[in-house]
Amino acid sequence: MRRYQVILQLFGTFLRIGPSTFGGGYAMIPTIEREVMERRNWIDEQEMSNLISLSGSAPGGIGVNAAAFVGYRKAGLTGAVAAVLGITLPTFLIAIVLSFLYLFFQDNIKVQAALKGIHGAVLALILMAAYRMSKQAVLDIATACLTLLPVLILFSISISPLYIIGFGILAGILLIKGKKYLGMKVCTERENKLAPDDPDSDYSEYYI
Amino acid sequence: MLWNIFFTFLKIGFVSFGGGYAVIPVIQYEVSDHAWLTSSQFQQAVALASMAPGSIATNIATLIGYKTAGILGAVSATLGMILPSLVIIICLASLFFRIQHFTWVNSSLYGLRPVVTGLILYAAIHFFLPDQTETWLSWHMIGTVLICGASIVLLYKYKLHPLILIVAAGAGGIVLF
Repeated sequence: MRRYQVILQLFGTFLRIGPSTFGGGYAMIPTIEREVMERRNWIDEQEMSNLISLSGSAPGGIGVNAAAFVGYRKAGLTGAVAAVLGITLPTFLIAIVLSFLYLFFQDNIKVQAALKGIHGAVLALILMAAYRMSKQAVLDIATACLTLLPVLILFSISISPLYIIGFGILAGILLIKGKKYLGMKVCTERENKLAPDDPDSDYSEYYI
Repeated sequence: MLWNIFFTFLKIGFVSFGGGYAVIPVIQYEVSDHAWLTSSQFQQAVALASMAPGSIATNIATLIGYKTAGILGAVSATLGMILPSLVIIICLASLFFRIQHFTWVNSSLYGLRPVVTGLILYAAIHFFLPDQTETWLSWHMIGTVLICGASIVLLYKYKLHPLILIVAAGAGGIVLF
């Protein structure tokens, strides 16, 4: 197959994946797996599990990261750009349309009432995201303290959350070093973590 | 202005660990620092971003860019947000990085994950707090708590699809308010 055909296919495949995934994050993984691994045979199972752990740990959305990874493996830099544009374009347009509709209808009293209701649902989605993330994150007393820290700091002083993220990374490295030095048991991940591609597993960051 | 938007979201993109809702406090800080949107406009953007499919972080970037500087602003913000992902993933993929085998990566994730959880928690509390025009015991606040409680039960026990939940909450809002 010619190179430009592969690139077009990458673009088209991820164009379809984008709008079919609500809630973002790990919710996209089963769809990506089906399209990329089973249908197209672009990557094998071993690479798929690398893809999941890589896209989950690197900064940025899982979907965008996965698209970049697959695109790069198949057709280099151009492939990565094509796949990322493919996954971004539909949701970009949908967000613009929503924003447009909102401007148009924001003075409608029914729409205002509906948005107030949705406010409650979005709050629930954010809380659920925090809960699911906490199941992976809070492993001991140190991590429990690190979870409460951003809330306390951000409500008391106005500081860029970037410093808090940086502090988290530093604290993690120092804590693990310290624990090893003291000869304590070190566990950086939940042990009975289910494989993310297991259909029964609870996608830990489902709503992220 | 467009460069400013682009570079701000580029910076945010490089640290958007955990994606989605964890990025809300970071974006919120930058938005109020640059005085791009008011607090209630920002909350509207978060709500709209959750209603659209795809990554929450990218959606918020698109909406804020759009509200700040129209369609070009939306393009700048979105590109700024996705470019770091592209760069980092390509570097890691070309180096054949088996990220899970590096202890220092695991150590940083050990500290990073709880902090990111805390940021999401902060985003939730901030999203809930009433703005200046409202008091704690208004009908709006009570309604929000009721809908939020019901939504959590539906999500947790019945694994309701987020889109259906949003539609149902909208209908609930029309009835309640």
